[in-house]
Amino acid sequence: MSDTDTKPGTEPGGKPVTKPGATPGARKSATTRVTTGPAKRRTVVDGVAMPGLSERTIKGIVLTIACALVILPFVGIVSTSLATPEQVTEAGGFVLLPTGIDLSAYRMIFAGGVVTQALWISVIVTTVGTALSLALTTTLGWALSRRGAFGVRAMLLLVLISLLFSPGIIPSYLVVQRLGLLDSLWALIVPTSVSAFNVVVVRAFFVRLPAEVIDAARIDGASEWQLFWRIGLPLSKPVLAVVGLFYGVGYWNAFFNALLYMSDASKWPLQLVLRTYVVDGAQLGSQDLGIDAAAMPPQTSLQMAILVVSVVPVLIVYPFLQRHFAQGMLTGAVKG
Amino acid sequence: MAETATAAPLRAHKLPWWRRLVRDRAVLLLALPGMAVIIVFQYLALGGNVIAFQDYQPYLGIGRSLWVGLENFQILFSGDPAFLSALRNTLVITLLQTIFVFPAPIVLALLLHSLVSNRVRQVVQSILYLPHFLSWVIVVAVFQQVLGGAGLLNNFLRSHGWEPVDIIGNSDAFYALITSQVVWKDTGWATILFLAVLAGIDRSLYEASAVDGASRWRQTWHITLPGMRPIIIMLLILKLGDSLSVGFEQLILQQEAVGLGVSEVLDTYVYNQGVVGGFWGVAAAVGLVKGLIGLILVLVANKTAHAFGEEGVYRA
Repeated sequence: MSDTDTKPGTEPGGKPVTKPGATPGARKSATTRVTTGPAKRRTVVDGVAMPGLSERTIKGIVLTIACALVILPFVGIVSTSLATPEQVTEAGGFVLLPTGIDLSAYRMIFAGGVVTQALWISVIVTTVGTALSLALTTTLGWALSRRGAFGVRAMLLLVLISLLFSPGIIPSYLVVQRLGLLDSLWALIVPTSVSAFNVVVVRAFFVRLPAEVIDAARIDGASEWQLFWRIGLPLSKPVLAVVGLFYGVGYWNAFFNALLYMSDASKWPLQLVLRTYVVDGAQLGSQDLGIDAAAMPPQTSLQMAILVVSVVPVLIVYPFLQRHFAQGMLTGAVKG
Repeated sequence: MAETATAAPLRAHKLPWWRRLVRDRAVLLLALPGMAVIIVFQYLALGGNVIAFQDYQPYLGIGRSLWVGLENFQILFSGDPAFLSALRNTLVITLLQTIFVFPAPIVLALLLHSLVSNRVRQVVQSILYLPHFLSWVIVVAVFQQVLGGAGLLNNFLRSHGWEPVDIIGNSDAFYALITSQVVWKDTGWATILFLAVLAGIDRSLYEASAVDGASRWRQTWHITLPGMRPIIIMLLILKLGDSLSVGFEQLILQQEAVGLGVSEVLDTYVYNQGVVGGFWGVAAAVGLVKGLIGLILVLVANKTAHAFGEEGVYRA
């Protein structure tokens, strides 16, 4: 065991004590009946008495309201984007239940204008960015897991310290400017391509790989690269899936980088287009969309369609992300 | 830290450093690209702060811009109304977030943890985690669509003959609006750490206390909350270090609707003065001081936590 890892608490986020394998939602319940009072018999689960009826009702109401507050806005957005122009105009905006389905808003934004363009840019930035991020994060995470190798302690320290500060808006801008990346799509990728936090998570996973496997491979003459590629990566698929999905969602959602570095509107990703036409309410003209002016659906339908298109990819990956929350992210992040 | 599962440390400190450098070149090569990004965008970027001491002109660059000493820092003390307003708004928003946003996930985690059915809990968790993965642009847009003039709420009020309420773009309601946006977006997700800690509390403590006749409330007070204390303190320290950074994206998106008077905070001030306004030196000076104060706050809070016998965030 190298000293880097035995020193308690060198890693931020490494402190909270969680029993190995203890993940939310994965606890086994033991139901027993014990007598807690002279006349009262209550079911006890894992030493905690079952809540009474009134308490359960209150909890149910609170959680139902909380869930409704999350779900209802989405229902409204999807409905409005699908509703017929007449219904949207009549409602003066938001529609909760569409009476008929009209996909013209979607056809318009996919017709090849600014929204289509921005969509492509977001797709490219997200795919290229996620691939690059995964490559850089796994190689660095692997190297930092090779304790005792030259320079590894110093590099780990640099990574951990970088979690404690951010260089600031102006200095970040100056670096990107200096590298000549302003108005280049690389500005949306490179500066955020390595998240120190994700490096720490991936490293923590590599450190826990069984020593015998790596030793055996090394005795068989495997090179460092082969150890990483043939053993490290295949064994860490779950954690790579989560880290990759987090990077992907991050690139897709990135707004600040684009605002800071992209003054050329033809290279805007979807989030900036969303801000311009939905948040700031700029009017989408038929020439922006490259369509016939007579065919324009109401602005609200268009806005909701843009909103739906930017939310849908997140909704698609969400179930996969979710499945891995417990195994991947928490084991790395919480147990350090 | 797991003491048992160690991936064979390479034999260290026996060879001279250059021999180790040659031996471990493959490891170093693997680390190089990722380290380069961190060094350039985290550490070398720090060097850009020198323009806080310059009359920086983009066309001259750092090399040829004039040095002006501490002149740019005068903005901090000269009583500049725009700066003071940004400072005040930042502190007000931080205070509101500490009071209303910070405890919300603790309460929600206790609520979720107390659910007996795993199935129900998982469904509720899946729903409540979702908003965390939406961008601020989407969240702000969603709030506008729900609470705006032609939004869901006002359409509902109007259709029932009630007066519509003015929330979006109303500076009096702005702090309530942004606080509820943060609660909506991140409360669910923030429970994940608390739930992990709750799941790790020794079940036998509950069983033993139940045998001794402890009620559920007493168990919460004497077992659950003490078990959560280290993580609560750790997150409070991190929050303190972040207390001068309040939602740049969230606020910059809504400045146009509500005006700078209530929505300008230190981060947006730095952006608006520097990148938009061209007062690079002043913006960098404010950003530098803000960053230093944040760092000092974390270090001091961490030391204080140690002094009270807590683990804090790290131990050096």
